[in-house]
Amino acid sequence: MTKAKRNRLIYNIVTFALVIGAFLLLQSMIANKSITRSLKGQLVPICCWVVMAVSLNLVIGISGELSLGHAGFMSVGAYTGAVISGWLLNAHGVDNTTLRLVLAIVAGGMAAGVMGALIGIPVLRLRGDYLAIVTLAFGEIIRNLVNVLYVGVADGRLTFSFLNKSMPEGVTMLVDGAKGAVKIKPISTFTAGFVLILITLIVVLNLVNSRAGRAIKATRDNRIAAESMGVPVTKYKMMAFVTAAALAGMAGALYGLNSSTVVPTQFTFNQSINVLVFVVLGGLGNVLGSVISATLLTVLPEMLRAFSDYRMLVYAVVLILVMIFTNNPLIRSVLSSAVAPIKRALRGKKQGGETA
Amino acid sequence: MKKVFALLMAACMLLSGVSALADEAVTLKIAHIGPTTGAAALYGLATLHGAEIAAQEINEANGAFKIELINEDDEHNVEKVINAYNAALDAGAQMILGTTTSKPCEAAGAQGYTDRVFFLTPSASSTAVIEDKDNVFQICFTDPNQGSASAQYIAEHGLGTKIAVIYNNADVYSTGIRDTFVAEAAEKGLEIVSETTFTDETTDFSVQVADAQNNGAEIVFLPMYYTPASLILKVAADKDFHPIFFGVDGMDGILGVEGFDTSLAEGVMLLTPFVATATDEKTVNFVTKYQKAYGEIPIQFAADAYDGIYILVAAAEKAGITSGMEPEEVCDLMIAAMQEISVDGLTGSMTWDESGAVTKTPMAATIVNGEYVFE
Amino acid sequence: MIFLDNLINGLSLGSIYAIIALGYTMVYGIAKMLNFAHGDVIMIGAYIAFCGLQYWGLPPVIAILAAMAVCTLLGVTIEGLAYRPLRQATSLAVLITAIGMSYLLQNIALMIWGANPKSFPRTFINGASIRIGQLSISSATIWTILANIVIMVALTLFTAKTKMGKAMRCVSEDRGAAELMGINVNRTISMTFAIGSALAAIAGVLLCSSYPILQPTTGSMPGIKAFTAAVFGGIGSIPGAMIGGVLLGVIEIFGKAYISTELGDAIVFAVLIVVLLVKPTGLLGKPVREKV
Repeated sequence: MTKAKRNRLIYNIVTFALVIGAFLLLQSMIANKSITRSLKGQLVPICCWVVMAVSLNLVIGISGELSLGHAGFMSVGAYTGAVISGWLLNAHGVDNTTLRLVLAIVAGGMAAGVMGALIGIPVLRLRGDYLAIVTLAFGEIIRNLVNVLYVGVADGRLTFSFLNKSMPEGVTMLVDGAKGAVKIKPISTFTAGFVLILITLIVVLNLVNSRAGRAIKATRDNRIAAESMGVPVTKYKMMAFVTAAALAGMAGALYGLNSSTVVPTQFTFNQSINVLVFVVLGGLGNVLGSVISATLLTVLPEMLRAFSDYRMLVYAVVLILVMIFTNNPLIRSVLSSAVAPIKRALRGKKQGGETA
Repeated sequence: MKKVFALLMAACMLLSGVSALADEAVTLKIAHIGPTTGAAALYGLATLHGAEIAAQEINEANGAFKIELINEDDEHNVEKVINAYNAALDAGAQMILGTTTSKPCEAAGAQGYTDRVFFLTPSASSTAVIEDKDNVFQICFTDPNQGSASAQYIAEHGLGTKIAVIYNNADVYSTGIRDTFVAEAAEKGLEIVSETTFTDETTDFSVQVADAQNNGAEIVFLPMYYTPASLILKVAADKDFHPIFFGVDGMDGILGVEGFDTSLAEGVMLLTPFVATATDEKTVNFVTKYQKAYGEIPIQFAADAYDGIYILVAAAEKAGITSGMEPEEVCDLMIAAMQEISVDGLTGSMTWDESGAVTKTPMAATIVNGEYVFE
Repeated sequence: MIFLDNLINGLSLGSIYAIIALGYTMVYGIAKMLNFAHGDVIMIGAYIAFCGLQYWGLPPVIAILAAMAVCTLLGVTIEGLAYRPLRQATSLAVLITAIGMSYLLQNIALMIWGANPKSFPRTFINGASIRIGQLSISSATIWTILANIVIMVALTLFTAKTKMGKAMRCVSEDRGAAELMGINVNRTISMTFAIGSALAAIAGVLLCSSYPILQPTTGSMPGIKAFTAAVFGGIGSIPGAMIGGVLLGVIEIFGKAYISTELGDAIVFAVLIVVLLVKPTGLLGKPVREKV
């Protein structure tokens, strides 16, 4: 086994071990009721944001394209999930919540994936900041369109209408324009979120370590060189983009079905930015980093509740300071020299353990 | 005999001692949930401040109840509101005064329905807030209520027949009022000549106003809050377009905007349960205290929340809530008590039925010389 | 007639976008960063001007100058404290810092001025509108268009003629080479922020003169739209920002007037996408040749 391969294996094992460990710990806390309501209520959203962050990292960190419209895919997934779940319940009487949830998540992923492909074909021709602004534009367009979308279910059939609410008699509204997806029966569970994280990690880590993944990274590092080596750049970029969109859609479905209602204003440009912050703070291309930062940054504002009205202020200051501290070469070298002895000690221990 | 009497006396004194103990004020832990940061902070801070003033009054009065107010910020966000709600319960809240805005209230109310937690919302007015939930009660009118009342008022008073509607199609409040207004207007033989929309981020209203003007509207119906309304009034003045502007309760507050040229609002009509310039004793007392504490003229949201605290106390008294009672127990007692009480507040006299909707009468006001004039 | 009316409405909205886009494009062109906090500097500028007019009773011109002074100071401080330490960092790190700065400014404004909206007072800028037959043009629009032209000409002259302007162009072209030629890159970028932020103050006053509602979030949506406008016109290009802004405003108004008010924003962004697909670097942007 080469060193690089071994490091990668260790990294993957650590990632999975941490996620599974955290899940087991939380489950046991739930079992013996030592968890606060507040934390318990955040578990499913945390799972959703972790999946969002990891999938966006696939686009930004691994494929090297700045996307500012990731929340758009999430909303596609959330709406699709809510409609599918409502339809299964109202038209087909599917009472099994697990079945409904799974079908809704799969449908949400597929819908967002298709949307990702539609957007990706024209957009991935663009580079850098231009790509960023176009993804931003698509995110806003999706939000604008969802705002005037009406979906109802009557006599077992879904009825769609756009711009004006013309619905047959006796319809049960599932999506009601600005009122969003309404009367959702919340069926998301923490276990489902955990499974979704595992699936995401498996998909992303496998993709990164595969032939396609190497091609994607080569394209990121030097597009021209990769192109001249015969790498079909657009194909691989599409692959990363569509996968990320589909995963975001699945996260969206889980997110939507965790609440009794979902509104378009939840998926604004600011939400895309929030996910971007998770990715950048976790480290570009670092999947485990995304998992950790998405978790911490979702919990952090809640822990800052004690600061009440100042907490967004504190959050902003923390964000700026962290960016400066992790990115300034001077401060970084000071920090790393402080951390170095600890690291060395750790490494020594590990090596010692191995030789023994 | 004397002995027996003495014993009786002693028993009485003992009993009265016990009842004196029971008379010690009951502490109600009430959580206010609303957006105190972010784009909707204006409404959340208003309800918080209104509630604070009421709580302070009750605590200073040294009556049967003390209020301990917990505040949690929901950022006007459907995800965050659940966090706020859970945090409030973790902090020991027995009942919720909130949430301030409709969509979050719908989500938190549904969660509260499952957990059995009592909600009294000052200002979340969409019907979805109370639908299918027995635990949520409203202080404000429901949106459909306002829509049909406005159309009826316009028709009955013969203000005009050609109506333009400008509404926020990304907002539940605005679309809710618009839907019933349009339906009721059709029934009353009023003609909608122009209908245009905007969203929360819109600042340019030239197209909407021009459409109303070009279609010869006599009345422009504005189911929205006062911030966009003030921009619409300005555009209309620039275009020399002077129809009757007809607003709903969200319009109150327009005269309190710092720097606002009140001449723009001359002749604006609105249906509202509260105006800050009213001269009755209650309103004057509230407005004075509010201005002293926060340096601002209270908007209707603040008045609703102020009433909210008094309503909660009245219901708690009826229901016999005691200090430290669990929220689950409080919930069912409060639901029953709410349907029996009637409260005379800043926003009128109110009663409730089991649906959770309030019954009170709106008043029609016209703005003349920068002041509200009631008919 | 209605067409002309809409055209005028489009021009007035567009001229507002243009003046904000000028600041965006200038900072982007030279510092190569998306300064997401620009919209919030605009908001601060408008608040300062508001205070000047409403509380301190300053004459309008002095209030605007005060706003410009405060914003210039603010811009240079932000740059020095938050962006300068990240000069060597990835553009993403800078972007996130700018976003953090945007949150920070909004929350500071919320603390100082509260959440209640303020109405921007009347000044000479938003005086009586001018009528030609049935058409009316608000005086704020005329002032905005004038300001746009003056600023555009001044900026073009400044970058073409003065020493500092030339230094800016050098830094924009190749930061490393500029440093080797003895140009003080940090000072040049500071200067860029100073000018950009002073422009933001003017933009803030003009924005709030046209749409007189002032809240802590006032800058964010116009900021995004103006950023879109800057990209539309070719980011980094000064005339591009002007053209992009005006076109975006006209498209938005026409989309709302002739297609649907519900889909106004969707139409704007759809047009942007089409333009970028046909001309990937915007209307006036220079295509970048990649060297291997």
